[in-house]
Amino acid sequence: MIPAVEFAAVSRHFGPIHAVDAVDLTIAEGSFFAMLGPSGSGKTTCLRLISGFEKPTHGAIRIFGQDVSNTPPNRRNVNTVFQDYALFPHMNVRDNVAYGLMVRGIPRTARYARAEELLALVKLDGFGDRKPAQLSGGQRQRVALARALVGEPRVLLLDEPLGALDLKLREAMQDELKTLQRRLGITFVFVTHDQSEALSMADTLAVFNQGRIAQIGTPAQIYDQPRTRFVADFVGSSNVLPPALTQSLGGPAQWSSLRPEALHLAPLAGAALTGTVTSLRYLGAGTRVQIATGGTEIGVLVPAGQPLPEPGSQTGLGFDTRALHIMEGA
Amino acid sequence: MTARPAILPERGIADRLSALFWRRPGLLLALLIAPPLIWLGVIYLGSLAALLVQSFYSIDEFSGLVVREFTLKTYAELLRPSNFDIILRTLMMSAAVTLAAAILAFPIAYFAARYARGRWKAVFYLGIMLPLWSSYLVKVYAWKLILAKEGIITWAADSLGLGFVLNAALALPGIGGNSLSTSFLGTWLVFLYVWLPYMILPMQAALERVPTAMLEASADLGASRGQTLRTVILPLALPGIIAGSIFTFSLTMGDYIIPQIIGTSANFIGMAVYQLQGTAGNLPLAAAFAVVPIVIMLAYLAIAKRMGAFDAL
Repeated sequence: MIPAVEFAAVSRHFGPIHAVDAVDLTIAEGSFFAMLGPSGSGKTTCLRLISGFEKPTHGAIRIFGQDVSNTPPNRRNVNTVFQDYALFPHMNVRDNVAYGLMVRGIPRTARYARAEELLALVKLDGFGDRKPAQLSGGQRQRVALARALVGEPRVLLLDEPLGALDLKLREAMQDELKTLQRRLGITFVFVTHDQSEALSMADTLAVFNQGRIAQIGTPAQIYDQPRTRFVADFVGSSNVLPPALTQSLGGPAQWSSLRPEALHLAPLAGAALTGTVTSLRYLGAGTRVQIATGGTEIGVLVPAGQPLPEPGSQTGLGFDTRALHIMEGA
Repeated sequence: MTARPAILPERGIADRLSALFWRRPGLLLALLIAPPLIWLGVIYLGSLAALLVQSFYSIDEFSGLVVREFTLKTYAELLRPSNFDIILRTLMMSAAVTLAAAILAFPIAYFAARYARGRWKAVFYLGIMLPLWSSYLVKVYAWKLILAKEGIITWAADSLGLGFVLNAALALPGIGGNSLSTSFLGTWLVFLYVWLPYMILPMQAALERVPTAMLEASADLGASRGQTLRTVILPLALPGIIAGSIFTFSLTMGDYIIPQIIGTSANFIGMAVYQLQGTAGNLPLAAAFAVVPIVIMLAYLAIAKRMGAFDAL
């Protein structure tokens, strides 16, 4: 099968800054692909390379097998949901949604009918006459989504689309986006700096760091088997253990990661590890206990209802050996 | 532990004033806007009202004195062919100058708003503002020399073998003439030069406020450059274009120096007002003439508003 998007050694340099640096990437058709990374890691530039707003300094980009080096954005059948939605303020919602059809010369009645369908799809039927300024953030987000989907793109790009929404709405939209993607079967490429969002929504996940892909895989692979310290640090709240500590726990002299939920507090006597409790952080479903040991801090997730240690006290730690993940890189 | 005060001591008159303004936020605002409000309200609007009143008086044809009785006679006089031609001529000239200024200003303003950064932006502002620093009269007289039959434009056209183009333009009925400096074409060119900065600056400010993401969204949805210009850039920049056109339109309508120095000796509204209140001493008719640009501008704004020019504000 031809991949929806393919990067072959793509770089994008802005003067001395290598925003994207020799990235190879394959996005399968119909997948929900997330690009995750801190700001400045190159994920948004990658998205803009797909939409055509940036041109690669080196390398080639193929969309469904076709090289798009000489294809301007308006001729790529790829649409974007912009970070701040970029709705046209002088048009009402219906004209915003129908814009992509209007520029293709589709007659008014036909494009308005289609716009209504899309508005119904994003549950905004009856909002066609309003101006974007009269909508809430969540509604604007839906209009932007409908506008991007109206032309039936082969790939939909989403640039931190949920960033401006509050937590409750964000979670609802996550589910909705996922359902929508399954229903339409369109390839979604999603840029976010929120690791939980990426983990919960994506089929495949690329973690970006300094213009390169640090790791690519399924959310479970990324979460359970981070390849580098950066990935372990950035994705989730894993403990990153230095080689000496890994070795004392029975592993090789390499960096390893250990999830807080794989650890438990144990009596001091006979414990694999001992340390001093430095702080407690209440998380609702449990409490994260920070313990200083062997020159580093380890977080332990204590489920709600279990006894908690006092800060400053000594405690032992036990863990599930199978959960200790040895990382390849440094 | 020393007890730190919860409320800090007052430090004199400035603190007391600040406190007063804090208690009464309207007071500071009132103090700030009162002087300009008095200036505009009393002096400007007052004289405008006086002008309006004058235009409803008439002049006694024998004594030449102003008859202080309400009448529409003076306005009827505006419709006399010789007077109405002046209004029509001024209106056409203002429209032509505004249209040309808008077309000429757009690329410059667009470049400045989208691409000029740092040093280039400074060059842009300097280039636009520099002509405004020299005397208006000097510029107009300079143009008289440039446009004269013996001037540089004729010379350049002849040297390049393009003299026939100039002659063809001057042979155009209605706007042509003996030379550029004695034709409406010349008047138009000088108006265009003198008022162009007033079109560029508001246009540039309006274009700068159109977010880049808007243009990207348009291209992303499949629009060509031309479609983006028509459906996104122009509607969003329209308030600025209208603001610029108000400047060029009203400045052209009120000017009485340029048509006096450059062009045929045909009258424009400004010249008519100047002559009527000076040599002719017909203040009511001068006032009625002066009301015309105001009415035209109000009508223009009303049409612009109805067409949705200010929806993006």
